Amino acid sequence: MNRLTWRKWVNVVMSAVTALCALVAVAPLLFVLGLLVVKGASSLNWAFFTKLPVPVGETGGGIANAIAGSGQLLLLAALFGVPLGVLGGIYLSEFGGWAVPFFVRYAADLLVTVPSIVIGIFAYAVVVLPVGHFSALAGGFALGVMLLPMVVTNTEQFLRTVPVWLREGSLALGAGHWKTIVSVVVPAGLQGILTGILLGLARVAGETAPLIFTAFNNSYWNRGWNQPISSLPYMIWIYGISAYDDWHRQAWAAALVLLGLVLLVNVLSRLVLARGMAARKAT
Amino acid sequence: MTDKPNPLTTQEVARAVASQSDPAPADASIKIRARDVDFFYGQKQVLQGISMDVRERKITALIGPSGCGKTTFLRILNRMYETVKHARAEGEVVLDTDNIFELPLPNLRRRVGMVFQKPNPFPKSIFENVAYGPRVHGLANGARLAEMVEQSLRGAALWDEVKDSLQKSAFSLSGGQQQRLSIARALAIDPEVLLLDEPCSALDPISTAKIEELLFTIETRCTLVIVTHNMAQAARVADYTSFFLMGKLVEFNDTKTVFTNPAKKETEDYITGRFG
Repeated sequence: MNRLTWRKWVNVVMSAVTALCALVAVAPLLFVLGLLVVKGASSLNWAFFTKLPVPVGETGGGIANAIAGSGQLLLLAALFGVPLGVLGGIYLSEFGGWAVPFFVRYAADLLVTVPSIVIGIFAYAVVVLPVGHFSALAGGFALGVMLLPMVVTNTEQFLRTVPVWLREGSLALGAGHWKTIVSVVVPAGLQGILTGILLGLARVAGETAPLIFTAFNNSYWNRGWNQPISSLPYMIWIYGISAYDDWHRQAWAAALVLLGLVLLVNVLSRLVLARGMAARKAT
Repeated sequence: MTDKPNPLTTQEVARAVASQSDPAPADASIKIRARDVDFFYGQKQVLQGISMDVRERKITALIGPSGCGKTTFLRILNRMYETVKHARAEGEVVLDTDNIFELPLPNLRRRVGMVFQKPNPFPKSIFENVAYGPRVHGLANGARLAEMVEQSLRGAALWDEVKDSLQKSAFSLSGGQQQRLSIARALAIDPEVLLLDEPCSALDPISTAKIEELLFTIETRCTLVIVTHNMAQAARVADYTSFFLMGKLVEFNDTKTVFTNPAKKETEDYITGRFG
């Protein structure tokens, strides 16, 4: 075989091999999704989304309180993690110095790697013990602690992409540093910041371990921020390890719902971000 | 899109310079006086002993090859260099009777505006872009602000093109329009001096011509200092020209003299294209 043919075949084979590897890398996601659809799709109906759980043996229960509970927990997590995280990210990106930003950044990186169950225990010690019982607040706090470093890092990253000449345009008009940050830099990086927040929320939405010690669970509608609250991941866990087939069926369906919501937020966020970047580049 | 300056034939220079009005009277008052200005990035000295006068309501062009320090000098006039760590300016720069190094920054930048090489509209509407400066300095709001925005856009020859779409994003404008928007934005706070850093280098020839025309109308209310890579532009537009080379001010005179009868050999070599 002459040299040219050899090179052509190498190209073809390597293209096929790398494509295969890429597919294999994506395969677990496809498997998980496929399995969940097969096992759980049949259980999805309107009642499932709108009714409360019923005692074992009865049919027709739903996960309405778990969905609502997850929503409430995410809201609390956002209230705790987003303002602090965004301001922290602004500090790291816009204000100078060497030592403090270095340590803050390092601490944020480390916090992301802390096991979620450890964060749960931390929240237990800080919120649950003093108050004396589990609560949505404690759960939201735990998720907020997990969300915080992600928002800080993401905010810093996107603010750094705002070009120097945009800031200079504001400074040259006589605006001060903080005014420039608030009126020009943050709006310019806003799309990326918001996307990062959404992706962070999607990530913490699936965390179970921190909720074990904090939000605990609630088979009924949550009755207040200071009461235990149900959540999708928790419910999946409890139902999944139970001995009842009906609960297993519901766990599959709930897992499908959770994964579906997470994927939806991911895909939408990235689409919106990509469109924003394209619009900026086009000018 | 910066390119080597075109060597001008004597005829081209004569034509360009002749199209200007007579050189300004020698007693046109001085708006900015720079004396013995040195500039350092850390230990490295980038400007040496720059002394020149910028005359009021005239256009002064700073020309010279890449890296000669003309933009660096321009950015001293509104202290934009202060955003860079380890950048240091020494010497005397006086705006009217005020030492610019002692003026509070917002005041200085209110009086000395800047238009950058690359159009840099804010991610806001056209209206908000122009209104930004007046808002920052608390100059006006409501109807008065809308008036100021309209005046500035007229002053930048952009009003007719955008008057029906003021709420649209500034990014919807073309490059030339965005640069005129930047000029409108700078004019909105009614500066005494406008610094322009190669304002046309990123633009097509038609937009460039529009902006050059614009400069003549702005000149009536504002002192202009323009850095340009394009010698023909300096010859077309400027009343006075400074030639910078390797951090030094080699020659400074009215444009006609600099281009037709330069005093220094380096100036002549640059203008005739022997180096660039």
